[in-house]
Amino acid sequence: MSLFEARNIHKRFGARVVLENISLSFEEGRVSGVMGPNGAGKTTCFHVLTGQHKPDRGEVVFDGRPITGLPPQRIATMGVSRSFQIMNLFDDSVVIENVMLALPEFRERRSRILSAVFSDAGLTEAATQVLEQVGLAAKAWEKATSLSYGERRALEIGVALAARPRILFLDEPTSGLGSDAIRNLARLVGRLREQVTIVMIEHDMRFLFELADRISVIHWGQVIAEGTPRELQSNRWIRRSALGELADA
Amino acid sequence: MITLSDVPSRSPVATLAPIALLGAALSTAPFWLPAIGLYQYLGTEIAIWLIFAMGFNLLFGYAGLHSFGHGAYLGIGAYAFGLWQQNVMVGLWSGLAVAALAAAIAGAIVGALLSHRRGIYYALMTIAFGQMFWFCAIKLHSITGGEDGLLGIPRPPLELGFISIEMTGNVALFYLAAALLMISVLVLWRLVNSPFGRVLQAIRQNETRARFAGYEVWRFKWAAFVISTMFAGLAGGLFSMAQQSAYPDAMSLHQSGLIVMMVLVGGGLVSFWGPILGVILYFVARDVLGGLTETWLLWYGLMFMVMVMLRPEGLAGMLHLIGRRLSGTHKSRALAVEKAS
Repeated sequence: MSLFEARNIHKRFGARVVLENISLSFEEGRVSGVMGPNGAGKTTCFHVLTGQHKPDRGEVVFDGRPITGLPPQRIATMGVSRSFQIMNLFDDSVVIENVMLALPEFRERRSRILSAVFSDAGLTEAATQVLEQVGLAAKAWEKATSLSYGERRALEIGVALAARPRILFLDEPTSGLGSDAIRNLARLVGRLREQVTIVMIEHDMRFLFELADRISVIHWGQVIAEGTPRELQSNRWIRRSALGELADA
Repeated sequence: MITLSDVPSRSPVATLAPIALLGAALSTAPFWLPAIGLYQYLGTEIAIWLIFAMGFNLLFGYAGLHSFGHGAYLGIGAYAFGLWQQNVMVGLWSGLAVAALAAAIAGAIVGALLSHRRGIYYALMTIAFGQMFWFCAIKLHSITGGEDGLLGIPRPPLELGFISIEMTGNVALFYLAAALLMISVLVLWRLVNSPFGRVLQAIRQNETRARFAGYEVWRFKWAAFVISTMFAGLAGGLFSMAQQSAYPDAMSLHQSGLIVMMVLVGGGLVSFWGPILGVILYFVARDVLGGLTETWLLWYGLMFMVMVMLRPEGLAGMLHLIGRRLSGTHKSRALAVEKAS
């Protein structure tokens, strides 16, 4: 059974239909990829799946429970985490605080008005562990704005990971990264796949084909093809489109 | 650029020094205020406005929610205190508790309507509600006394169980206000550095991310509003005790604008201590400049404009900059000595 499923999702903004009858399912323990040209509706699809937008029609199910139309904070607390294509960090805060705020144990303490934060060893240790995973432990006490672009991307993933999700949505994690950083990221995703189900939107075909177990191709707001990387490489629709050339690369 | 959120774990000295300084200044104020040509009542007034300003900055600086109608809650506290003394019982603790509670209840209702809004809509709605309360204060003649307000509100004695202290003198009243101010400062300091306070600051920086991290953003905005109105109500209770009256002017738009100005000039956006500097500067400017010229408010307003344009971080930001320059030159000098040796 799949861990996360979207059935017949429709979404329109005014007269513009962005998602038309999209069905996707992501299996537990797998890395799933979502690809497609710019403006195909991939990010909107993520927004609908994680609660930013309500679908007009259709159903989203996580772990057997319907989550359609729930607000993002509810979906997040159930174990669904995401990173953003346009970076979304707490810029004035230090790196470790960005991660700390996303920890479930911090969230449990959110109404406490008299307890400590940074002198709480439990919290700082848990946050440091997450930072070690994404390679930012050395920069824990620096301001988020002082990080380089690649480091900010890593922090973005760190924040999503800190929530200890069961499923992690990554929206174009390689965007803007150089080849070394992409290689590091691929290693990170390779390690993470042991502990969490991953779904990622990605333009970098080599990256995606190397890591994903299954890929869905979205175009014109629809899923036009689905399969393993190998299956997709021989799909004639994919081959005929510009995506096919990339897939061969 | 310095911000409220940037130094998560300060050294204990950096935390304790301002608290100790404030405590020392407050406990000795009645002795030196007259000596420098000022008067006892000014100390009381400043302490009351400090409670108001510190509570307001939780909302304004920390949560980043721009309320331009906060004078209303000071007024509600003042009226509640007066009505309680005149109609229910004469009592200091009960009166102040009622003042804080009444403002918090009004804040809870208004906050529930506000907290789903942001930006300009939030700000405009705070003004609208502030004006509504002000209008009620003027029109509900039978309760509030209309434009004249409530007059002859008693100053109940301070009952501490074993001793009862008269509050009729300005020095006694000052010490009461100062003690409540110190408690407010300690509570707020703890609060802004608690998980709750850190979440508020996170929401100020990035509401979307806070939501995706699992926080019910509007509840936090609501709670910040209610807490700040509670402090405004407490300040209002003390205010009506000090003035021995409560009147609509206390909750006017003018008053609401004043608190924003004080907090901004002091540097509430970058420092916990900012509002203290801003309030002191305002009252000293009022009395010192006011003694020199009738148009002092014009000069104060001009100074505010210059400040906003050149130093939006306010007085606290300027002090921070000076501190950093001094320690910078100190460090470079030490480095030069090291190199020379």
